[in-house]
Amino acid sequence: MAEMQVEDKGKKGKKPKQKKHATRVDLTPMVDLAFLLITFFMLTTSMLKPQTMEISVPSKDKVEEEDQNKVKASQAITVLLAKENKLYYYFGTQENGVDPELIETDYSSEGLRKMLVTKNYDVMKQVEELKKDKKKMTEEEYSKKLSDYRSSKSAPIIMIKAADEANYENLVDVLDEMNICNIARYAIVDITPYDLGLIDKKSPPAK
Amino acid sequence: MPKVKVPRKSTAVDMTAMCDVSFLLLTFFMLTSNFVAKEPIVVAIPSSVSEIKIPERDIATVLIDKDGKVFFGVDTQQDRKEVLDNVGKAYSISFTDKELTEFSKISMSGVPIEKMHAFLALKPEARDSKEAALGIPADSLNNQFKVWMKTARKVNPKLRLAIKADQQTPYKVVKGVMTTLQDINENRYNLITSLKQTSSK
Repeated sequence: MAEMQVEDKGKKGKKPKQKKHATRVDLTPMVDLAFLLITFFMLTTSMLKPQTMEISVPSKDKVEEEDQNKVKASQAITVLLAKENKLYYYFGTQENGVDPELIETDYSSEGLRKMLVTKNYDVMKQVEELKKDKKKMTEEEYSKKLSDYRSSKSAPIIMIKAADEANYENLVDVLDEMNICNIARYAIVDITPYDLGLIDKKSPPAK
Repeated sequence: MPKVKVPRKSTAVDMTAMCDVSFLLLTFFMLTSNFVAKEPIVVAIPSSVSEIKIPERDIATVLIDKDGKVFFGVDTQQDRKEVLDNVGKAYSISFTDKELTEFSKISMSGVPIEKMHAFLALKPEARDSKEAALGIPADSLNNQFKVWMKTARKVNPKLRLAIKADQQTPYKVVKGVMTTLQDINENRYNLITSLKQTSSK
């Protein structure tokens, strides 16, 4: 695909002139090469950086301390992650030998989120309003207020207990709901035999 | 009626402009690219609405696949060398310079330390199949993962920890890793997720 050479064809009968070479270089192969390289770089790069969720867990010594100031039963919601993507929750704890009612739900926005939104309504409303006023304040003020609201005393405290058979996705989903519903006070706690008993009672294992 | 003369034109198009554009794009991709690091196993990461990006450097990644095998990697080659050297010392296994260099080229390792010699002697192509079958022992009897983590922290105190686990990983395994981390006072870490497309705020 060489460059076409445009020559003068008129003036016959004269001395054959020396051929005029065009000074233009054919760039087609160079373009080919450049596009090949572009394709290579496009395929080998990861433009999207993965997202992360930051979580911090209490250190070992703190756990023992925390055991002493038990969560107030009226504010506590325990979320149980069971096998086969099942999800249960109950409010409070066992009182006077009466088991709390275990409610089955799911990971959809109609399930767990709806419950959490109702429970955390005040905080969510505050945060919503804060977001509207975000432009009026500095970044620092905003984040300070946000964390103030989120950790307000009236907000529910969620205890996330996952059974060994639950999978990692379930855990991430529940942590995600905490973010969506602006719940700052939650903890990942080991599941107890008592909780497992509750689940068994609710849906007895098939024989 | 005279014929209308159609001027004969050259069919060649001027490629200069196209060349300019393509090289501009090439430059852009070369500068913005960061290569996809090769991982010994493929994990399907769960999605979340979190929008925090993972930091660029000083990252230690813990990879957990769905069978519960644990892999560990730090991001710079220099750190990798030092980490392996020190982990080896903890188990009184010494590595030659060549082995250390070889190891620093691997982004994620999941080999029990006693098998590291044999593993590093393999050709790079042969490593993948073998590596996929192993994993760093992380149970309570033989917790090499703890040693790896501790060493990495000592080598680079600025290290941030990221856990990348498969969606289907049983919680038991994740809990095991988290407990180990808690044991050595690693209380802040990131869970790597992909962005979930959602209509809610």
